[in-house]
Amino acid sequence: MSGFADFVAQQAAAGRLVVQPRMGFATPEEMRAGLIATKSAAATTVGTVTVDSYTRVGDLAAARTALRRGAGLNGYPLATHDAATTRRMLDGVRDDTFPVQVRHGSAAPQHIFAASLRAGLDATEGGPVSYCLPYGRVPLEVSVRNWAAACRLLARTRDLGARPHLETFGGCMLGQLCPPGQLVAISVLEALFFRQHGLDDVSVSYAQQANADQDREAVLALRRLCTELLTPLGIEWHVVVYAYMGVYPTTDEGAHGLLARAAELAVTTGAPRLIVKTVAESRRIPTVRENVAALEHAAAAARSAAGPHDATADSQTYAEARALIDAVLGLGPDLGDALVTAFRRGLLDIPFCLHPDNAGRSRSYLDADGRLRWAELGSLPLRHLVGTRAARPVTSTELLGALAFVRHRYDREALEASPTRRLT
Amino acid sequence: MTGPHGLAPTGRGVLVSGLASDAHTWNLMYLQLLIEELGHPVTNLGPCVPDELLVGECLRRAPGLVVLSSVNGHGTQDGLRLIRALRRHGRLATTPVVIGGMLGITEEGREERVRQLLAAGFDAVFENGTDAVALFKDYVGALTGDRHAAS
Repeated sequence: MSGFADFVAQQAAAGRLVVQPRMGFATPEEMRAGLIATKSAAATTVGTVTVDSYTRVGDLAAARTALRRGAGLNGYPLATHDAATTRRMLDGVRDDTFPVQVRHGSAAPQHIFAASLRAGLDATEGGPVSYCLPYGRVPLEVSVRNWAAACRLLARTRDLGARPHLETFGGCMLGQLCPPGQLVAISVLEALFFRQHGLDDVSVSYAQQANADQDREAVLALRRLCTELLTPLGIEWHVVVYAYMGVYPTTDEGAHGLLARAAELAVTTGAPRLIVKTVAESRRIPTVRENVAALEHAAAAARSAAGPHDATADSQTYAEARALIDAVLGLGPDLGDALVTAFRRGLLDIPFCLHPDNAGRSRSYLDADGRLRWAELGSLPLRHLVGTRAARPVTSTELLGALAFVRHRYDREALEASPTRRLT
Repeated sequence: MTGPHGLAPTGRGVLVSGLASDAHTWNLMYLQLLIEELGHPVTNLGPCVPDELLVGECLRRAPGLVVLSSVNGHGTQDGLRLIRALRRHGRLATTPVVIGGMLGITEEGREERVRQLLAAGFDAVFENGTDAVALFKDYVGALTGDRHAAS
């Protein structure tokens, strides 16, 4: 079977944006139905098996209990269903025209990678930083060790003829309010970490933020940095764009508008794959039908978008990302150690991240145009590049305002476009 | 006697935490800022806090209020397990503990979820809705006021 990235490359060559849902259900029957619906959508799709939160944190007893009692799970308990069950679930669905990626969010993913491989699934995602700092209390040093072991486990399948693929989640840190320079830097650094542990087929992520121009600048900077830093090492890579991951518009029209902008972002920056969000995001876990509608809406928006910009330009985002990457690479040859040291010293520092290993001295804000800017740098090595506003504490109302900036703008635009409609 | 800036005489403050399987952070950051603005010191344990750690922190810090927030759909299951573990400790038998957020994977079953959570030992449940934040602020205000009246 050809690999996940091969499929994406073939579709990109044919000018088609690959769209992908987030999707996970407790039972093999529901999961299979979700994948079939994804495959049948009027769009170029790849499938997703998202594991449930209990499996993610390694509480397999809770996953087993929930499954037995029929209590709802928010994803597919991949390490609880046996491999034969998962293989049957995928049989005739996953093929050369429809690769499937496992999505999980774990800082200790070895059991998830092992269960994936037992079921024949060799494409997954995450990263030692991006699946640690935003999501829990696992020490970064432990996450780095776990991810090194997990990468090696995945890389070994090449000996068996597999084409393992790993995507960095680093461009999505906390979903919103992290200035793009640092998102791009972490995405690239995680890809280099994957390479150090034997993987040479990766994708690098970037999550749509609140200003379209800044987002384009960021994806182009990401592509340029990959060309400069990954290509010379023989790494195959592509960029995956995530539709906005923050507080989502409440109106269907607003949600559609935001998703269409994400599809345009991917097409205009030469990113061949897009992870979608649905109109239900603001309310609950979406249904299969809502996911299919989102896939088809994104595909239609992509078809009417203009082709890619050149990715060689200098920009603020490029300069910030490059400075952060250089600072980390300068800490020593082992990237895992370098990442741990960088966070300890605040050379990388995620705004509003509560993890004990994050310095927590940086702060960001959205300007009136929705551009993400630094309010406080802490020890980030960006003083020569960034002028910060006078530091002052952010209030809960300001934080809510920033978190809801995108929701309000897209809902407002939807209402203005259709003045007879009212917010429900 | 209750001081002007604390829920309890010793200014024990408020413990904010996510539940074991929930990785979301923004809800916790928002609650921290909100409660601080109401005049109470906050310790924020962040997301994905294992039950044992949360119980241990409650015993160690003896907070005046414990605020749990969950938005991943597992809040009822995780919350029920946790509140039973908390209430098993005599020292935490009367500590005010509240939970809020999106507590199930569907909108249905809301009333039943709230009933179960209250029956298991939560002092209040704030399911997401238009007035959840206002109700929560009222609750914190009333809690402080009650303590004033009692002291």
